[in-house]
Amino acid sequence: MAGFLFRRLLNYLALIAVATSLAYALAATALNPRANYEGRNPPIPPAVVDARLAELNLDDRTPLPERYLRWASGVVRGDFGRTVTGGSVNQDLGRRIGVTLRLITAGLLLGSVTGVLVGAYAAVRQYGPFDRLSTGVSFAVLAVPTVVLANILIIAAVWFNYLVGAHVLLVSGEATPGMPGGFAAQAADRLRHLVLPTLSLSLGLAAVYSRYQRNMMLDVLGADFVRTAMAKGLRRRTALVRHALRTALIPAVTYFAFTFGALLVGTTFTEKIFGWHGMGEQLVNSISANDVNTVAAISCFAALAVLAAALASDLMHAVLDPRVRMGADR
Amino acid sequence: MKGYGGLRAESAGRPGTGRADRDDPAEPPGPVLEVTDLHVTFGAGAGAVRAVRGVSYAVRPGEVLGVVGESGSGKSVTSLAVMGLLPPHARVTGSVRLHGREILGADEKTLSAVRGGTISMVFQDPLSALTPVYRVGDQIAEAVRIHRRVSRRDAARRAVELLDLVGIPDAARRARAFPHEFSGGMRQRVMIAMAIANDPDVILCDEPTTALDVTVQAQVLEVLRRARRETGAAIVLITHDLGVVAGSADRVMVMYAGRPVEAGTVDDVYLRPRMPYTAGLLAAVPRLDAAERPVPIEGTPPSPAALPPGCPFEPRCPLAVPACAAAEPALEPVGSPGHLAACIRAEEIEAAGGAPLAARPPGALPAEAGAEAAAGVLPAGAGVPARTGGAFGGRAPEEPGGRAAPPPRRDREVVLAVDDLVRYYPLTKGTLLRRRIGTVRAVDGVSFDVRERETLALVGESGCGKTTTLMEILRLAGPQHGTVTVLGRDTAALGARDRMAIRRDLQVVFQDPMASLDPRMTVYDIVAEPLRTHGIRRPGPRVRELLRLVGLEPGHAARHPQDFSGGQRQRVGIARALALEPRLVVLDEPVSALDVSIRAGVLDLLTDLKARLGLSYLFVAHDLAVVRHLADRVAVMYLGVIAEIGRVERVYAAPLHPYTRALLSAVPVPDPGVERSRGHVLLEGDLPSPADPPSGCRFRTRCPLFRMLGGSERARCVDERPPLRMLGDDHAASCHFAERSGAV
Repeated sequence: MAGFLFRRLLNYLALIAVATSLAYALAATALNPRANYEGRNPPIPPAVVDARLAELNLDDRTPLPERYLRWASGVVRGDFGRTVTGGSVNQDLGRRIGVTLRLITAGLLLGSVTGVLVGAYAAVRQYGPFDRLSTGVSFAVLAVPTVVLANILIIAAVWFNYLVGAHVLLVSGEATPGMPGGFAAQAADRLRHLVLPTLSLSLGLAAVYSRYQRNMMLDVLGADFVRTAMAKGLRRRTALVRHALRTALIPAVTYFAFTFGALLVGTTFTEKIFGWHGMGEQLVNSISANDVNTVAAISCFAALAVLAAALASDLMHAVLDPRVRMGADR
Repeated sequence: MKGYGGLRAESAGRPGTGRADRDDPAEPPGPVLEVTDLHVTFGAGAGAVRAVRGVSYAVRPGEVLGVVGESGSGKSVTSLAVMGLLPPHARVTGSVRLHGREILGADEKTLSAVRGGTISMVFQDPLSALTPVYRVGDQIAEAVRIHRRVSRRDAARRAVELLDLVGIPDAARRARAFPHEFSGGMRQRVMIAMAIANDPDVILCDEPTTALDVTVQAQVLEVLRRARRETGAAIVLITHDLGVVAGSADRVMVMYAGRPVEAGTVDDVYLRPRMPYTAGLLAAVPRLDAAERPVPIEGTPPSPAALPPGCPFEPRCPLAVPACAAAEPALEPVGSPGHLAACIRAEEIEAAGGAPLAARPPGALPAEAGAEAAAGVLPAGAGVPARTGGAFGGRAPEEPGGRAAPPPRRDREVVLAVDDLVRYYPLTKGTLLRRRIGTVRAVDGVSFDVRERETLALVGESGCGKTTTLMEILRLAGPQHGTVTVLGRDTAALGARDRMAIRRDLQVVFQDPMASLDPRMTVYDIVAEPLRTHGIRRPGPRVRELLRLVGLEPGHAARHPQDFSGGQRQRVGIARALALEPRLVVLDEPVSALDVSIRAGVLDLLTDLKARLGLSYLFVAHDLAVVRHLADRVAVMYLGVIAEIGRVERVYAAPLHPYTRALLSAVPVPDPGVERSRGHVLLEGDLPSPADPPSGCRFRTRCPLFRMLGGSERARCVDERPPLRMLGDDHAASCHFAERSGAV
């Protein structure tokens, strides 16, 4: 088992190296950091610009392989280089990873649990009012782009705050800066900030999950083993939860792991709109700022996240489903 | 409903009061389960499907009631209705009384207290009836804990006891295994263990052995008998296999189109059937112990959504008179007490004794596409098929066997020769990274030949390599080892053009006629496809000719496969195989997916086509009774090797290999007298894994003869692989001690 994991990890490392190198090559050829220094008033002398770019390893007159090697040797030592403004990419992203993780963990958990429950219930009551309603709502949510959905949420929150007469839901940032008070007050403040972005992330997820889970559940509802469970004397509800849902969860859980990987860098809009300074926001910022090193670093992180999620998904699948488990005693 | 008195116990009250009324101590106790006038309807209005229409029965403690019927007869729906397990949109009326208490329409609390406790059920498909993600021990323990307040540990201990009781070796360890680690037979044992976990009073078994091989079926039936002994429960055994009922049931109820049409003791129903359908069904079963050819029942069972107004069997009945179409006959007592039949001519049939009644004139019958009109007169009485002549596709009535006998075997051309054929598959393992951990020896050195105008059957249990052998031949490419020679051409030396040419002479008919015909193509296109592929531009006349040949109406060529019944679809498959005038046809279980009453018609057709067109068949089957009626020679396979090969009559009459003996003895015969008096060789255990076959003789681990041998003789079985020895005229077996197999 350990041997397999090791070999698989080795495979993944190679994949990550290839993906990141390609991302670097693409960013380094497509982005033009020199443009950042053009059109300034007063103009910056070309020699200064060259020196600055060379210092940051962003000089487009240095051949790409040379820049790549310098960048790669840094990455191997765990240093992703400097941003266009001269800061450390590592420090910047280190802070942002935490922000993104806090945001999507809540969103993902809420979205997937809601989606699974909604989908499972809709399947049990197939073609009933709840099924029709959840189908309609989830397609509506899926049809609305995140940008629109997030803004609708903001409008609704403002209206809600007006109705209550207090700023219950906060629409910008992760926490109120300089917030006085102890831990409880801090936590409550963070929670009030968290509600809206979490909702905007989880609604779409819940919509996808509910459709997915509904189909999975429908597949096992008519299964013979559910009938067997009821023939044993289990109530329908117990049989459905213990035997049908448990079996139908297996594909959803593997999907869950993959969503997690994809979401790590996929929260661009949500972060932008709600002013959370996370990875997604930074990806957009760094592309517009011609920040080659940050783009490459985020790509590397995304590759890592997706493959780690794939590994986790395989492992979870093996844990949940004895049919694929290895080393079963035979 | 009237006339159910004999089937139902006299007292409808609690068993106690029922018993108190009787003075005779020999009188059996009152019924535990009493079903009265049960109706099940799916849907409403004109499209309503009346799946069950007035079923009544009662079973007493320790009694086994067999419920027999073809697919769609409502037998399974009845049992699900009794358990209250039908989907909510099914409308169920009537009465189901368990120990005198009404449970039909009871609330879920009452029902779930009863299910798995007083009344339990064994389902057909053990593959899908167990939850794949839980250990079998836990699933049985769950059943225990639902009904009893016992600790988790006690329930687990009880689960191990139950597994031991149903004959699972090393029960304590196997309880921790998952369902997919069990074979089909073992899974069915687990189902039975679960069903008897709470000492039920009634066990409903819905086709408990249909998905299993004959040797495993015999084991599972034995376990059911043991379960009945241990629990004293009444058993309702639902099956389509008349043989299973003959050997296991006390009473039998025959169902047709949602109703019981005949009921009584097994002897009464089997030996003195009074309903033409029962008689027809008995005559349609290919029998292992009789040389008579099975006689098909014409037509197909009516759709439950469009039942005829009169007797539902009237359109297919050879004894029908106009009055039959007027009203549906009630189930009424006939002959001996407790014997009921739903036929207005039951008394005439009884009066006629064993003599066949006058049949309707041929041609007046709306037969299955008109092919087998008057293929036979139903025997009334002793169930002896009285074949009066077959009219196939409008030809003069002529028995296929009546043709001039073909020249002796050795003078005929060899159309297929297989020599030392080997097919291994790599066995891989692992979720994260697949690796090879062994070799599955699916076919391990098989040799046989098929001569012109001859049928060779490959028989054996699932996993014995018979289908793999077939696929290796059909591949028309060089095998991993050994040679395959088709019509004198070594397949290893074939080029693409030769292969295409040989495909014309080598055609195949598959098992499942629904899956092997493209549902989007018309029958015309399906049959014309091979013709077009081989460059015949205007296939029209040939397609019509072929459809007539297999007994289908050429006018139906524009229809799609779903418009045909199972038997007709298989005829389409046969027509497609014959389109290019092949010389060798490979048949992969051609009738195993068909209902009993249809099966005989397709078998007849195959026999007739062979004689008329001079075909050779290579026929793969697991049903030994079918093989007896279709094949000239038979090769019995076990774990990738041939155990015995020879002429059918010789192999069936005097089997030389202990495995053949066991296989033959495991096939139930639809005759209660014969079935009770037969000795059974019960094989132990399952087929060993072909990835790790036993050394020497592969059958030795299950061989009853091996157990009777001395030490030095056993050593020979362990060390030396027995060669296929010629032990008589065209009769060979691979057993070191074949001469002594009679002692088993």
